[in-house]
Amino acid sequence: MELLISILIGILFAIGVYMMLSRKLLRIIIGSAFLSHGTLLMLMTVGKLKRGAPPIIVEGVENPVYVDPIPQALILTAIVIGFATTAFGLVLAYRCYQELGTDDTEQMRGSFDEH
Amino acid sequence: MSTNLITLPIIIPMFTAIVCMFLHGRNIQIQRVIAGISALTSLGVALKIFSEVADGETVLVFTASGWQAPFGIVLAVDIFSSIMVILISIVSAACLYTAFVTMDKAREENYFYPVWFCIMMGINGSFVTGDIFNLYVMFEIMLMASYVLCVIGNSLGQLRESFKYLILNMISSTIFVIALAMLYGMMGTLNMADLAQKISMVEDQSLITVCAMIFFVVFGLKGAVFPLYFWLPHTYTEPPAPIAAMFGGVLTKVGVYAMIRVFTLIFVGNVAFTHTIILIAAAFTMLLGVFGAISRMNFKGILSFHVISQVGYMIMGLGLYTVWSLAGAVFYIANQMIIKTGLFLFEGVTEQITGTGDLRKMGGLLNKYPWLGWGFLAMAMSLAGLPPLSGFFSKFMVMQAAVQVGNYWILAAALITGFFTLFSMSKIFFYVFWGEEKPLPESAKSIKYGRLLPGCFALLLLSVGIGLAAQPVTEILLRAANQLMNPELYIQAVMAVPGVRG
Repeated sequence: MELLISILIGILFAIGVYMMLSRKLLRIIIGSAFLSHGTLLMLMTVGKLKRGAPPIIVEGVENPVYVDPIPQALILTAIVIGFATTAFGLVLAYRCYQELGTDDTEQMRGSFDEH
Repeated sequence: MSTNLITLPIIIPMFTAIVCMFLHGRNIQIQRVIAGISALTSLGVALKIFSEVADGETVLVFTASGWQAPFGIVLAVDIFSSIMVILISIVSAACLYTAFVTMDKAREENYFYPVWFCIMMGINGSFVTGDIFNLYVMFEIMLMASYVLCVIGNSLGQLRESFKYLILNMISSTIFVIALAMLYGMMGTLNMADLAQKISMVEDQSLITVCAMIFFVVFGLKGAVFPLYFWLPHTYTEPPAPIAAMFGGVLTKVGVYAMIRVFTLIFVGNVAFTHTIILIAAAFTMLLGVFGAISRMNFKGILSFHVISQVGYMIMGLGLYTVWSLAGAVFYIANQMIIKTGLFLFEGVTEQITGTGDLRKMGGLLNKYPWLGWGFLAMAMSLAGLPPLSGFFSKFMVMQAAVQVGNYWILAAALITGFFTLFSMSKIFFYVFWGEEKPLPESAKSIKYGRLLPGCFALLLLSVGIGLAAQPVTEILLRAANQLMNPELYIQAVMAVPGVRG
């Protein structure tokens, strides 16, 4: 199971990097969302994947099997942060498109010595 | 020692931000008053915290909801963090004052104060936290607010640079989470003190070193370390002066703070490798930063490049890794927060008067604005490291450490950087304040520039004061560095706090 998920993470990263290397603003943001989902899956996988093992220790049971709850708490936090950043990024990309009249990063070039 | 006091640096800005948000659209004066009171209260709390840890024996710890150390989130404050919290409060107060008098209406009324205090909350949180995942969360709060501050006002340049800044930081946050996942997968904990304990017991340090270098990349991107500084000069040039001052003075230092914390507490198993890489990065950061500064003809552009070159000195102190060099590094961060913020604020006043940031369009301001000119010169000399200003002592300590270790190539790099710093600061002075008087825009006549200066001069006086009181300051810094070099005290203090829940 871990191996499958690892391959999935790899695919997500590949898609994310590919999208981020393109020149359109929207693609860059979608690419970064893929990247962050890949990392979230990675966080989940480091906690080992087990089925039907709630993180509650029952008294009297020797060597209890349970899922580590911390990665899930971390993922929840990271999802919220990723959501906020992506939402902000989309708004910013839209404003850039409105004001600068282009969504091509190549045409957004410029340096501060010019003005 | 367990205490609730150290939550206040996070809670005060948080409540101020909320209150200011509700006052949106009303008279801006109310928001200003609240912002001012909050900034001063934060300063008072920071001084109180400092007075409790200053003896070098106590580390203040707060366990969230009474959960004992490795299980719950902890906040922990030693001398290093408390110094940072004091400085950020001072810098914030000075920047806020300048924002009161120079910010344009549209920006100021558009949620400037709420966002400002959100960023303060993130920065203070990064300084006081004792949990590395919590550090990530605090970084994100800080970054989220910094995106908004960066783009506030929606000028074309701001939009363009903010987008780059946003994407870069999104990538670095992703890398941060990857590093955290690796660390958690190996160690099963994210509490910094617990990590330090467990990592010191690992025999094969190779994977840990890989993890350490990923953290170096993450904090290096935030702190603008070679070769990850390319985004900084453009981003910091676009926003108005009080915001640029906050960014240039404080944001990069949070990255450096995190780096010093992590590389003195957690990743010390393979110092010969990791800290040599830090040292090499430091040399390149210093030299390339200052060369960039020489090539610029834009006031803020030069200052932005100096932000980079000064970060080089700080991590040089970390890379040398002795008590004396770490004390120098902490001193350097403290100084840079004051000096760099001050310089950006001077730039803001100059830009307010001349209406431009281009050096070639300014000239001869010294006749009409002597205080501005001489004040700027003193601050610039402090940056370049001329005695008796505070910049000299921090530079001296870092370089002295290089001599003690016998590392002469880094000393050479530092000295060359110092020379070129002096050169490029005098370039600003000659272009802007000396020479022929160039015509000023009409609006310059109506500006009462005496009102604009107190923020800058408060920081200048502080810099002079630290320079004159270098002896006692150094003693406290040595205590801070001792704590950093011997993390046992920190670890024990965090782990010893009993939980309320059994």
